[in-house]
Amino acid sequence: MCYDVAIIGAGVIGALTARELSKYSLNTVLLEAAGDVAMGATKANSAIVHAGFDAKPGTLKAKFNVKGCEMMPAVCKALNVPYKNNGSLVVAFSEEEKAHVQELYERGLANGVPQMSILDEAELKALEPNLAPEACGALYAESAGIVCPYELTIAAAENAVTNGVEFKRDCKVVGIDFADGVFTLHTTLGDIETKYVINAAGVHSDEVSRMIGDDSFTIIPRRGEYFVLDKAVGGMVKRTIFQCPTAMGKGILVTPTVDGNLLIGPTAADMNKEDEDNTATTAEGLALVKKFAAKSCPAVSTRNAITSFTGVRAHPDVDDFILGPSEKNAQFIQASGIESPGLSSAPAIAEYIAGVTVEAIGNVGRNESFNGERKDVFRFRHATDEERAAAIAKNPAYGRIICRCETITEGEIIDAIRAPAGARDVDGVKRRTRAGMGRCQGGFCGSKVVEILARELGKEINEITKFGSGSNILFDRTK
Amino acid sequence: MLNYDLVVVGGGPAGMAAALKAKECGVKDIVILERAETLGGILEQCIHSGFGLTYFKEELSGPEYAARFIDLVEKTDIAVKCDTMVLDIDENNLVTAVNKKDGLLKIQAKAIVLAMGCRERPRGALEISGTRASGIMTAGTAQKYVNLDGYMPGKKVVILGSGDIGLIMARRMTLEGAEVKVVCELMPFSGGLTRNIVQCLNDYNIPLRLSTTVVETHGKDRLEGVTIAQVDEHLQPIESTKEYIECDTLMLSVGLIPENELTKNVGIAIDRVTNGASVDEMRQTDHPGVFACGNVLHVHDLVDFVTMEAQLAGEGAADYILNGAKETVYVPTTTGNGVRYIVPQRVNIKNPNDVKLYFRVGRIFKNAKVVLEIDGNVISSKKKIKLAPGEMEDVVIPASVLAGMTENSTITVRVEE
Amino acid sequence: MKRDLICVACPRGCMITVEYEGTEVYSVTGNTCKRGEEYARTEIVNPTRNIASTVKVNGGVHPVVPVKTSAPIPKTMIFDCMREINAVTVDAPVKLGQVIIPDVLGTGVNIVATNND
Repeated sequence: MCYDVAIIGAGVIGALTARELSKYSLNTVLLEAAGDVAMGATKANSAIVHAGFDAKPGTLKAKFNVKGCEMMPAVCKALNVPYKNNGSLVVAFSEEEKAHVQELYERGLANGVPQMSILDEAELKALEPNLAPEACGALYAESAGIVCPYELTIAAAENAVTNGVEFKRDCKVVGIDFADGVFTLHTTLGDIETKYVINAAGVHSDEVSRMIGDDSFTIIPRRGEYFVLDKAVGGMVKRTIFQCPTAMGKGILVTPTVDGNLLIGPTAADMNKEDEDNTATTAEGLALVKKFAAKSCPAVSTRNAITSFTGVRAHPDVDDFILGPSEKNAQFIQASGIESPGLSSAPAIAEYIAGVTVEAIGNVGRNESFNGERKDVFRFRHATDEERAAAIAKNPAYGRIICRCETITEGEIIDAIRAPAGARDVDGVKRRTRAGMGRCQGGFCGSKVVEILARELGKEINEITKFGSGSNILFDRTK
Repeated sequence: MLNYDLVVVGGGPAGMAAALKAKECGVKDIVILERAETLGGILEQCIHSGFGLTYFKEELSGPEYAARFIDLVEKTDIAVKCDTMVLDIDENNLVTAVNKKDGLLKIQAKAIVLAMGCRERPRGALEISGTRASGIMTAGTAQKYVNLDGYMPGKKVVILGSGDIGLIMARRMTLEGAEVKVVCELMPFSGGLTRNIVQCLNDYNIPLRLSTTVVETHGKDRLEGVTIAQVDEHLQPIESTKEYIECDTLMLSVGLIPENELTKNVGIAIDRVTNGASVDEMRQTDHPGVFACGNVLHVHDLVDFVTMEAQLAGEGAADYILNGAKETVYVPTTTGNGVRYIVPQRVNIKNPNDVKLYFRVGRIFKNAKVVLEIDGNVISSKKKIKLAPGEMEDVVIPASVLAGMTENSTITVRVEE
Repeated sequence: MKRDLICVACPRGCMITVEYEGTEVYSVTGNTCKRGEEYARTEIVNPTRNIASTVKVNGGVHPVVPVKTSAPIPKTMIFDCMREINAVTVDAPVKLGQVIIPDVLGTGVNIVATNND
């Protein structure tokens, strides 16, 4: 069988594009090299929906950021994932920085960013009393928000599969041939034929591109390290607090997350190409995060850290998104070089890429049964007592709490495993349900999650992994 | 809605002992709510011996110690709901819980004993850099895998933290055929019992490296090794002492944190040092009718002391249920030189009995004296060959002294070198 | 010969020095109580330990049931004893206190279950 479209990479771009394509009657397959969706840059970033004042006017980044920011609330609502329009502040800590803030404001106007204002010190501190005393002004962008990038991606993939897209995990593309208008993708799961390819391979998008001879860009992987702090300090700031940007990025931010934690980071360090899958944290990086987060909010303390992580950003040497048909092959469509504001732009990029693809194929009918609303996901922790009682009456598994820190039930974990493009490993369950994401970091529920996964997947518990091949948690039986 | 005189949250050693004592004191309707499938709490996975030496004067394993109390509970009409999670306690002692069978439960209690135990401190709080490979787990999680599930969580093991669980797991893993390469301890002294250092490490030639920590983890999928380093007097790693150790498992035994989310929900005051509720000598919190005992109150090193403390709480709860709130004149207990914390945090001087103060020191003392001072007078001064943070100590305020105190009195425990 | 021991008879952890030749103890110093001396003598003459492990269960709630030595066994026999424990399988139901291996390795010590299953 020959697919109409194969999307390489199930990050936020790939998954949302798959969902867009599922609106049409096309045979679409979403390929992911890792064991789950959202395993690359999507998994580990600042989780911010930027307003769009950072990018230079006229760039794709500027265009898609503003559009994506506008689209995000509706997309999150349809997909039933949390989104919060908390607004963002770029804070000036000196008179020179005030000038920079003014510059960003003007750039925002040029990019068409709505609801921006310049705040003086008093206005700023009335909004965010926990900022450092040196904070003397800010650019306030009320349209900015926060979102959970992997929840968005999981939901998009799930919705795409529900609407007919095929999802293949552990399916790494290692080579591509093209003959008679058809690509043959050589993958770790065998050969796959497709008429169109969408390259959404993140940090690997340049390698995939080179498989068809397109070497027009190179990805420079860029490391960013973060701390996640306990919910006890999640209310330290209400808005996303940026410092004035530098050449290497937007600086260290302090932001609440949609789940109520506080996130601080990232650093920005270019990495060697061969290290692009290395998400180890470094002592130096984490020390930098601590130091610069304290510049914004002196009371932020990593004593409250519940975890730290590293994200790898796909920084393209051409310094802008690469979107549209490759010059080498018009049936190979790039959705590459997606770095910040990639998450913010994702809904707009997905719509654009799907549109370009459908237009290129020509004469494509609508998928009449498409339903963009993701099925309601029962969240015990957000439910009222009445809803809880009703849910347990229907399915007693909602009455068994597995993760105490986050109040996650067995029923929710089973749902996450059985869902389309569902969880297959402990981290997959964690990203879908938050089981293990609380202050004990899975100390108590980890072994229970392993048991549930084994039971649901018909495996032995020592076959269960943390995040796919080789990351098994247990060895042999003791006896 | 259900009504009970006493709701005990947690069916581990603390919860069971409190419930049994309350029953013995004449409380009629008692229910124990336990989140696990069975009573016993963490003792079920502590299969090593060493429990009961103080309380039963014999050496029992964890499950054996628990079984003695489970048997006693089963002989009474104390109701037990296992697999039941308490979600909330409100300021009127209304308990919300959930399980598969009853669904959402609302239980109105006259009094509540909090006995939720503690949890292990995870990696995140430690700032170990490196990869997120599998094979990094707390010692308690590893203990469950080995002792209850019957699976080996690792073959080449490094243990960070020389708390008792870490020491016990060093021996357990060795007995089951794993190679325990080293136990690293950040502090210049071990947080575990001396007995455990001798019998769990020295017996098996497992090195204990003091003032040493794990600074980095390696390995993409499964852990492949760790970098350890000695630390300076500010506990900062010394670059030149870095050393790579090949291992597939890193077990963390870096401290226990009382599980006080429910306690905080009620609005009960928490002691910043113990991370548990601030209580009086009957273990009553500042919220009338709510008592706390066991590891949720402060982390104990011996279960025997948990049992004894829980009996106090059970007695206090029974008195509250049967006789109502007592006349109280509270005097706070104050930590003097070398003393890190004292439980109880306040003493009701109207209490007619001797009152025992439990405390921990902040560092190791040799040939020192433990001094109890009331209103500036030395009430007792006990010689101690050794005082260590890992071992809980106690002093007693005699009833006669208590009777002579006033609301302006002071109680101080200090170490004299 | 001279050997330093940390006494584990109680949590105090006294440093004890024992002078001995073979199994003959000449002097015990550093202990602060009688139990310390006893401990030191046993440690030199015939050190013994209790051990705890698990045994495989057929048809139980858990795949393994915890066991322990009913009395201390010679320290030198710990790993031989583990081999015996690892070789045995027991059918559910298992009762706390049930003898799983009688007279393990001819020591007179039993391996007993320490929980029900």
